[in-house]
Amino acid sequence: MAVTGAILVLFLVGHMVGNLKTFAGPEAFNGYALWLREVGYPLVPKRGLLTLVEVVLVAAVVLHIWSAVALYRRAAAARPVRYATRRRSQAGGYVVHIMRWGGVTIALFVVYHLLDLTFGVANPAGGAATPYTRMIEGFSRWYVTLFYAVAVIMVGLHLRHGLWSAFQTLGLARGRQGLRVFAALLSAVLVLGFLSVPFAIMIGVVK
Amino acid sequence: MNLTLKIWRQHSPDEPGQMVKYHVKDVSPDMSFLEMLDVLNEGLILAGDDPVAFDHDCREGICGMCGMVINGVAHGEQKATTTCQLHMRHFKDGDVVTIEPWRAAPFPVIKDLVVDRSAFDRIIQAGGFVSVPAGAAPDAHAVPVPKGDADDAFDAATCIGCGACVAACPNGSASLFTGAKITHLGSLPQGRPERASRAKTMVEQMDLEGFGGCTNTGECTAVCPKGISLDVIARMNADFLKASR
Ligand code: FES
Repeated sequence: MAVTGAILVLFLVGHMVGNLKTFAGPEAFNGYALWLREVGYPLVPKRGLLTLVEVVLVAAVVLHIWSAVALYRRAAAARPVRYATRRRSQAGGYVVHIMRWGGVTIALFVVYHLLDLTFGVANPAGGAATPYTRMIEGFSRWYVTLFYAVAVIMVGLHLRHGLWSAFQTLGLARGRQGLRVFAALLSAVLVLGFLSVPFAIMIGVVK
Repeated sequence: MNLTLKIWRQHSPDEPGQMVKYHVKDVSPDMSFLEMLDVLNEGLILAGDDPVAFDHDCREGICGMCGMVINGVAHGEQKATTTCQLHMRHFKDGDVVTIEPWRAAPFPVIKDLVVDRSAFDRIIQAGGFVSVPAGAAPDAHAVPVPKGDADDAFDAATCIGCGACVAACPNGSASLFTGAKITHLGSLPQGRPERASRAKTMVEQMDLEGFGGCTNTGECTAVCPKGISLDVIARMNADFLKASR
């Protein structure tokens, strides 16, 4: 959970920074998308780095979900008889709900997100359009933007606990209360970064 | 005050149990929760009924025998308090109070509110000790211990092994208990040589007993009558990873 989560967080940071290229205009954004495919060429084949990243990400996602299912099944086996009273959370109950249901929401969103912007299947501009056009068209539908915003906020809430929890699981969090603040801050930065692009499209700053 | 109690009654480990409703009258606010149950039981015995079985021993919050889930919270809603130290002044006349045993597969119900916590004993047997004969209590200045280490060991050693952490954990994990024991022993010079191997054997035993995995929800430390911190779990993980390397 912790190791695969860490890989995914690193990817999110890169993804968010890449998104901010939007503000540099269509050429810069499309150029960046092209660069991702050609980085290191001819030393590495075209799409070489991208394919590597994709393989690692898919593996991380699969293992992350597999760990979650394993944890869930262990938890269910450890408490075969449930409490008659709804167990009242003494720690806010935040973690239990956000991690599990937030995780499911995020997984669904990622599927849609890939269909929309990567493959262009669910995109009004289609897969042949430039990445920039696909993005603008994708976010020109309010319900897509809404779904995106909900999912991104879920990611933030998921990471607020997940980041700190990863340090805890790897035995690094002992006595370092600052890590909780760090986790919350990094999550907030990611959420704001990811939300800035569709927000800019919505208010018409980016066309 | 008068209370309505809904208590889990289960005759034996293999028989199914159910929640049964009782009324207790004239409960004094100065009574402890267990004294209130004593009053209930006296009435049940006089009426020729089977009294409610529950664990208790010291009744002063230091032995770890008592423990029940009161209104959905292990040891009740009062923070850092064992069931025996919970007083009836925290309840109001007419309250309905549900009382259930710890719920976890490794803690099977023996009778009513009494569960078998031998799983904890087996975790201790797996490594919760110091192998060298450490002798009688050493002179305070014989082996210097840094203040920070002494504090860590002392804080962790306040764990009374009641099992509330398991009862409260949505995953049914025993990480807070095991972490406390590992921190308690591993922080002191006498326990340090076995620090990594101890973590490994104890964690393995914990998993073998069927406890769930920790997801750091923090429910355990919130109900812990001794306020053991989640730091002990980080410590357990660090020692365990070291031993697995
Ligand atoms: S009876 Fe000893 S701690 Fe409650």
